[in-house]
Amino acid sequence: MNVSDFTYLALFVAVLVAVTAPLGRWLAAVLRGEPPIWLRWLIPVERGLYRLAGIRPDEEMSWRHYTGAILVFNLLGGVLIFVLQLFQAKLPLNPQNFSAVPLGIAVNTAVSFLTNTNWQAYSGESSLSYLTQMAGLGVQNFLSAATGLAVMAALARGLSRKSAHSIGNFWADLVRPTVYLLVPLSFGFAVVLVAQGVVMSFNPYVHAVTLAGTDQLIPLGPAASQIAIKQLGTNGGGFFGLNSAHPFENPTPLSNFLQALALLALPAACVYAYGLLAGARRHAWVIYGVMLAFFLGALGLSLWSEYSSPGSAALALEGKEVRFGITPSVLWANATTVASNGSVNAMHSSLSPLGGGIALFNILLGEIIFGGIGSGLYGMVMMILLAVFLAGLMVGRTPEYLGKKIEAFEIRLAAIAVLLPCAAVLFGCAISFATEAGRSAVGNAGPHALTEIVYAWASMANNNGSAFGSLTATGDWYTWGGSVVMLLGRFGVIIPVLAIAGSLAAKKTVPPSSGTFPTDGPLFAVLLGGVIIIVAALTYFPALTLGPVLEHLLLAAGRSF
Amino acid sequence: MKPAATSNWNFALLRRATTDSFRKLDPRALWANPVIFATAAGAAAVTVVALNDLLHGHLSGFTLQITLWLWFTVLFANFAEAIAEGRGKAQADALKRARADTFARLLKDGVEQRVAAPDLRKGDTVVCEARDVVPADGEVIEGIASVDESAITGESAPVVRESGGDRSAVTGGTRVLSDRIVIRVTVEPGGGFLDRMIGLVEGASRQRTPNEIALGILLVAMTLIFLAVVGTLPLFAHYSETLAVQTGAVDVSLTVLVALFVCLIPTTIGGLLSAIGISGIDRLIRRNVIATSGRAVEAAGDIDVLMLDKTGTITLGNRQATEFIPAPGIANERLAAAAQLASLADETPEGRSIVVLAKEKFSIRERVVAAPHATFIPFAAQTRMSGVDLDGTSIRKGAAESVRDWVVAQGGTYPTEVAATVDRIGKAGGTPLVVAEGREVLGVIYLKDVVKGGIKERFAELRRMGIRTVMITGDNPLTAAAIAAEAGVDDFLAQATPEMKLQRIRHEQAQGRLVAMTGDGTNDAPALAQADVGVAMNTGTQAAREAGNMVDLDSNPTKLIEIVEIGKQLLMTRGALTTFSIANDVAKYFAIIPAMFAGLYAINGGVTGPLGTLNLMALHSPQSAILSAVVFNALIIIALVPLALRGVTYRALPAANLLRRNLLIYGVGGLVAPFIGIKAIDVALVALHLA
Repeated sequence: MNVSDFTYLALFVAVLVAVTAPLGRWLAAVLRGEPPIWLRWLIPVERGLYRLAGIRPDEEMSWRHYTGAILVFNLLGGVLIFVLQLFQAKLPLNPQNFSAVPLGIAVNTAVSFLTNTNWQAYSGESSLSYLTQMAGLGVQNFLSAATGLAVMAALARGLSRKSAHSIGNFWADLVRPTVYLLVPLSFGFAVVLVAQGVVMSFNPYVHAVTLAGTDQLIPLGPAASQIAIKQLGTNGGGFFGLNSAHPFENPTPLSNFLQALALLALPAACVYAYGLLAGARRHAWVIYGVMLAFFLGALGLSLWSEYSSPGSAALALEGKEVRFGITPSVLWANATTVASNGSVNAMHSSLSPLGGGIALFNILLGEIIFGGIGSGLYGMVMMILLAVFLAGLMVGRTPEYLGKKIEAFEIRLAAIAVLLPCAAVLFGCAISFATEAGRSAVGNAGPHALTEIVYAWASMANNNGSAFGSLTATGDWYTWGGSVVMLLGRFGVIIPVLAIAGSLAAKKTVPPSSGTFPTDGPLFAVLLGGVIIIVAALTYFPALTLGPVLEHLLLAAGRSF
Repeated sequence: MKPAATSNWNFALLRRATTDSFRKLDPRALWANPVIFATAAGAAAVTVVALNDLLHGHLSGFTLQITLWLWFTVLFANFAEAIAEGRGKAQADALKRARADTFARLLKDGVEQRVAAPDLRKGDTVVCEARDVVPADGEVIEGIASVDESAITGESAPVVRESGGDRSAVTGGTRVLSDRIVIRVTVEPGGGFLDRMIGLVEGASRQRTPNEIALGILLVAMTLIFLAVVGTLPLFAHYSETLAVQTGAVDVSLTVLVALFVCLIPTTIGGLLSAIGISGIDRLIRRNVIATSGRAVEAAGDIDVLMLDKTGTITLGNRQATEFIPAPGIANERLAAAAQLASLADETPEGRSIVVLAKEKFSIRERVVAAPHATFIPFAAQTRMSGVDLDGTSIRKGAAESVRDWVVAQGGTYPTEVAATVDRIGKAGGTPLVVAEGREVLGVIYLKDVVKGGIKERFAELRRMGIRTVMITGDNPLTAAAIAAEAGVDDFLAQATPEMKLQRIRHEQAQGRLVAMTGDGTNDAPALAQADVGVAMNTGTQAAREAGNMVDLDSNPTKLIEIVEIGKQLLMTRGALTTFSIANDVAKYFAIIPAMFAGLYAINGGVTGPLGTLNLMALHSPQSAILSAVVFNALIIIALVPLALRGVTYRALPAANLLRRNLLIYGVGGLVAPFIGIKAIDVALVALHLA
């Protein structure tokens, strides 16, 4: 690494931190229903949407009602993508005349996009029409992101309200961030991307003859609009199969820098917004500090591993885009795995064993280091509840968080929210190891093969969506099993979170005193970090040992896979 | 019920606990504790393996030792609970003796009948005379008697119980020493104070507290996740073997898997959880406080506001003379001598304190005043003065206006300086008594509430822990403010009525705070019931004792502070041991995982592959490593039993400091300790040729 690498990284972190507070303020204002002045001209759009759907945005919902609304809405969103895929041959905007997507893959894709996972069992340019991409996947990119923000807003309300029976209105929480934040921000970003060379076209694919004289079909499509929200909404599903390594999706070093930034910006801003909404700004900064420390730690370790791996510098470039180089690729790999984004600009399978292991570990932490938009924060709050409960007793009081007593109901649900994705990963892996369908999908040998399978299930269960490399994800086991796991990882967390929000809203708030468990100091940061590491490490110690750690040790002994 | 003078670890107790820990192997009893149930299930499974091996003649020492140590783990956990219960049972036995075979003299339509005490119903009327044992809890409705309550309080001095007023409650099992009282029974059979107390100390009626239930859920969740981890591990192992082309390189026998599982699940806190709860209640009982539920003990740790009665808690109880302030031209000694003389026959605490102050300050001796030439004038509500007529001179002390009128009536003058002093004392919250001899005003005695020594520091401590103190007093606001400032309470409630107390509690609770208070009178009952922790004085009325959720047998209002400390200590102990238990897992993984997987990718002929690097403790062999972890896991339960029973060291510190301290000891300590412990056991096992 040289000075320019360090400058690049420093610039990235500086800009990320700099945009956190302004974006967070914007987001919090929008979720409160008070859009910033310069977006007030969109108010008629918001009201028009409510009128169209017959919704009263000020109608308060209980947590059960709220959950019901989310489930119905997401089900309908999933059905829409599913139908578009099945009937795309008969629908317009299909210049390449793609036929219907096979059933298993259609279901997998529908689930994948409604859960904000964007695991891709298909390859965009060779199977989906422009309409399916735009009206199905593109729309769901916005709505799954907005769903995450809505759940976060409901949770913050649960913490800030006293003796209340409701946690807000889901429809308003869905519409507001979409209209006032995601759409305007994505529009601006898409324009920038187009200026950098990302394609935005309804034309059929271009046929070309290469210098070597072979025929080549160059795919096009309305990509820029989808890529903007793909990054901003922590979706990560590429318009093209190669995702952000594709030159039409991520053409220049600048577009690369901006996209890497975009994929972390809103999850980071969510932390700040949560602080404002829950009335705990100092606490939010502590959470932010923990997340940043984990991110920088993972980044540092990966870079060290990548640059110190045996072999030449050219070998270290294997699986990476030369136009980006090693440092930006490693930065991206970490950003996309701590955030539940999952877009890739390099092949994670080709990272050094530890580098790939760290990307895997980032996901296994539960997508709570910035994590998904909204979902990263509420997932982190579940972890905080566990941390507060475990250690809170040590100050001689029954545990409380932001003035709310944490009791059996909350612990049961927080445990479910943390446990379900873990169990999904472990059992998904176990069945894959035990079955031919599971094993035969692998394209690697040795511990690397084990890592590849663990990575796949971790990515799906935690709604990340990136793949390790050469896993063949089109078989029935991975498509159907993956669909179940993605749903578990999304709604197995959302439902407990909302139940907790409802339960906390109904509680009184204990005013803080010097006897209160402190959640806004460096001590809490250390505690929280410790609990996150211990929970992930204890659950995945064997898996990580048999995968990346073993591979690393073997590589050190001169064996590679 | 006095604090046990003998050691907690006497032989009988240990023997009883040992037999109990085997009795608790009953699956139905184990089911109450899922973590230990899972451990026992694992132990049973390994036992089947061991027996099968034995039948086939290839039982290894390793399997045998693992089996034994897994059962030890279960037994140690049972032992922890049994020893905590044992201490209560010994006390319950003593209490039961007081209850045994009592007969009651039931009054029915004025006719006395002899019935067995357990047949009494609520509302029955019974008679008790000297030497009778009170058959049930009730209220004196007629008569007055001295009662020996030592059976429940351990206090041998008899107490007076009388109808009406605040001393009307009697407790079943106590003995009437004199006179005759008629009692109306206020409880149904089995619901009496003594019954509840026995149930409580026996642990029979002990329900798990809300926080214990929540912690239990978390422990179950951890058990489940480790069940998933260990359950899927053979598949991880087999696949790794396939990839390494080394079938059989990994030992995933049931014995090893169960060993790993038991080491990972939180057996330490699971085994000690109920012992911590029982011993918390036990600590209260040792301080002569009976809690009606464990929930109240837990709530005590959460208290934000303490409502304390001024009298008896904050001040010594009565006003005391603290200063003589002479009128102009009068010597201090003369004033003191006159004041003492006037108070010689005054047996009120105020009067005694004047005599004592004169003696202390000016060495004026109590003179024996011969009765013939001295006439003592007792205090009367009309004159508001008392004093003495001696050798032709009259000395009076009393309220300023009364003494002024008395002096002026004799043609004397009332100095303005004295009037100013009286004003000053009144404003400072004290009570001025003016002393006059004949027509001459000698000066003023300054009477004031004396704040108990050390109480101010105690309140400062509470404040550091985030607990506010509110003083309740019937005094006027001026007096109250002065005492509040001197005692260092955070707030006061002056001229307090029971309604005001209730209102104040509701107000604090509405803001989310938890309130504790003490009380004894019937009119305290609503406030006691409303408070989150209501401690009734044992000397109080039955209504108060029913309303509170704790009873202090010593009737010492300062006890409330200790109760809060016990509650906090209970919660801290639970949190500390949970943290310790979970932090332990890291080392156990580092012992067992390398042991299981070291064979993978071993270079031809070698035993240890690359994962041997993770054997940070350099344990002797895979078998010794696994065995050491299991042994450590079992022994740590026994090692921590004293801590669970005693509670972690309690310090009055702000939450942040407590957290830092406990996190360092039990969190970091929990990470490091097993590395050392497992290594030491490994060395010992190898030295003893056990592995």
